[in-house]
Amino acid sequence: MFRAIFEYFKEIFQAIRGLIAGMRVTGKYIAHARTEIITREYPDNRNTLQMFERFRGEVTLLHNEDNEHRCTGCSACEVACPNGTIEIIWARREDPETGKKKKQLETFVYHLSMCTMCNLCILACPTDAIKMGQNFEHAVFDRSQLTKVLNRPGSKLQKGVE
Amino acid sequence: MYDFTPYLESIRSYLETHLGHWGANFLIWTLVAVIFLAIYAVLGLVLVYVERRICAFFQLRLGPNRVGWAGTLQTVADAIKLLLKEPVTLRKADKLLYNLAPFIISLAAVTVLGMVPFARGLHAFDINIGLLFIIAISSIGVVGILLAGWSSNNKYALIGAMRSGAQIVSYELSVGLSLLTMVLLTGTLQLSGIIESQATGWWIFRGHFPAVAAFFLYLTASIAEINRGPFDLPEAESELTAGFHTEYSGLKFAFFFLAEFVNMFTVAAIATTVFFGGWMPFHIGNWEAFNHIMDFVPPLIWFLLKVSAVIFLMMWFKWTFPRLRIDQLLQLEWKYLMPLNLLNLIIMAILVYLGWHF
Repeated sequence: MFRAIFEYFKEIFQAIRGLIAGMRVTGKYIAHARTEIITREYPDNRNTLQMFERFRGEVTLLHNEDNEHRCTGCSACEVACPNGTIEIIWARREDPETGKKKKQLETFVYHLSMCTMCNLCILACPTDAIKMGQNFEHAVFDRSQLTKVLNRPGSKLQKGVE
Repeated sequence: MYDFTPYLESIRSYLETHLGHWGANFLIWTLVAVIFLAIYAVLGLVLVYVERRICAFFQLRLGPNRVGWAGTLQTVADAIKLLLKEPVTLRKADKLLYNLAPFIISLAAVTVLGMVPFARGLHAFDINIGLLFIIAISSIGVVGILLAGWSSNNKYALIGAMRSGAQIVSYELSVGLSLLTMVLLTGTLQLSGIIESQATGWWIFRGHFPAVAAFFLYLTASIAEINRGPFDLPEAESELTAGFHTEYSGLKFAFFFLAEFVNMFTVAAIATTVFFGGWMPFHIGNWEAFNHIMDFVPPLIWFLLKVSAVIFLMMWFKWTFPRLRIDQLLQLEWKYLMPLNLLNLIIMAILVYLGWHF
């Protein structure tokens, strides 16, 4: 019987300890509320807004300063895409240096309206030509504007990328 | 030092010379009623804002900060919106009870608010059975909740109302017992008498451990009684849409909403009166200079400071603890709070009998 009473009070003290532990966590939050607020006031801080490294806003094809990209047109991303967001249009052209016919990227079509930002195309790319961009302001007035061509006009394959 | 009785008496005698006994009484009653209704509305607005803001900080959010300076006018805007909303009347509802329910809840809330002593003399209704009266009147609110749930003819509303009934009937006991523990110390039920008995020190310090335990038992039980988180089952929005006020809109919904926040204030005010010395200033033993400086702070400010401290504690509870299930709720009351309260009452009785309190 005494054991039961002891257990009863033990239970109460354990419960109180648990409650105090919870209150310490929230108490810490409110004590640091000035500096650690997570909410961003978006349209106000638009000029200084920094998105996170891992944020996935859109698929981008990387170009260097010589207007060269690293896409060989292998279509691995197109195959990897679960919802047909990417369309690679390629052609066999003669390489000016070696004179051999070679598969080359013509147009990299990206349907933003179908993309779920799942990152599978980026993982599938053997040459790291594409990357997730940070831009998230995708609103447009016409649906056709969501279909984008990612390779810039006149761009060509970077040397040494096979 | 700050005694409002002479001023109020002079106002009364001035009115009586001009309007006669009955005229003066009638005018004073009207004035007091208007003042308390104003306090009721303002309290609701302020507390809703404070609650939203503080809950946001507990969750590392910003809360309302757009309307007015730091969002202070947000609740005013909300109130105007609620006033302009369409009052939806249900075809299948019990019209009379449906319309009556918000008024019963507001009535209970305002009546209990009228008992609160704000300062020496600033006390609308100082009856000699004050605490008993408060406990009696505050449980009338449950009638309003039950009527609201029943007359809405909605299953969620009915479940919410029934939960509320079970909850309030259970937790009423704990509220009464924990206040009874303190009445052993104060020796009176009159609220002004309770405050006068704490002139040499607040009961929470003078009553040793049982007083502290009684304070937390009272706070837990009364949070449950006013249907606030973590005991907000009657309006558990994740399971019952909005509980007993699901079918109410516009002004009638605002009545429920206001009453909830004003009840929070009155619970904190009673806790302040019984445990923290009401409007008495904070004194430390023999520090004459310190005590004298403290005396200069007006009692109303002391009262509001203490009340806001208790309200902050209640908000801290609400935004930390998860909601209880209905069986856990009743288990907490009948297996833990009530026995602990009875034990606490016995300990306090022994303590008072032996004269061990300061």
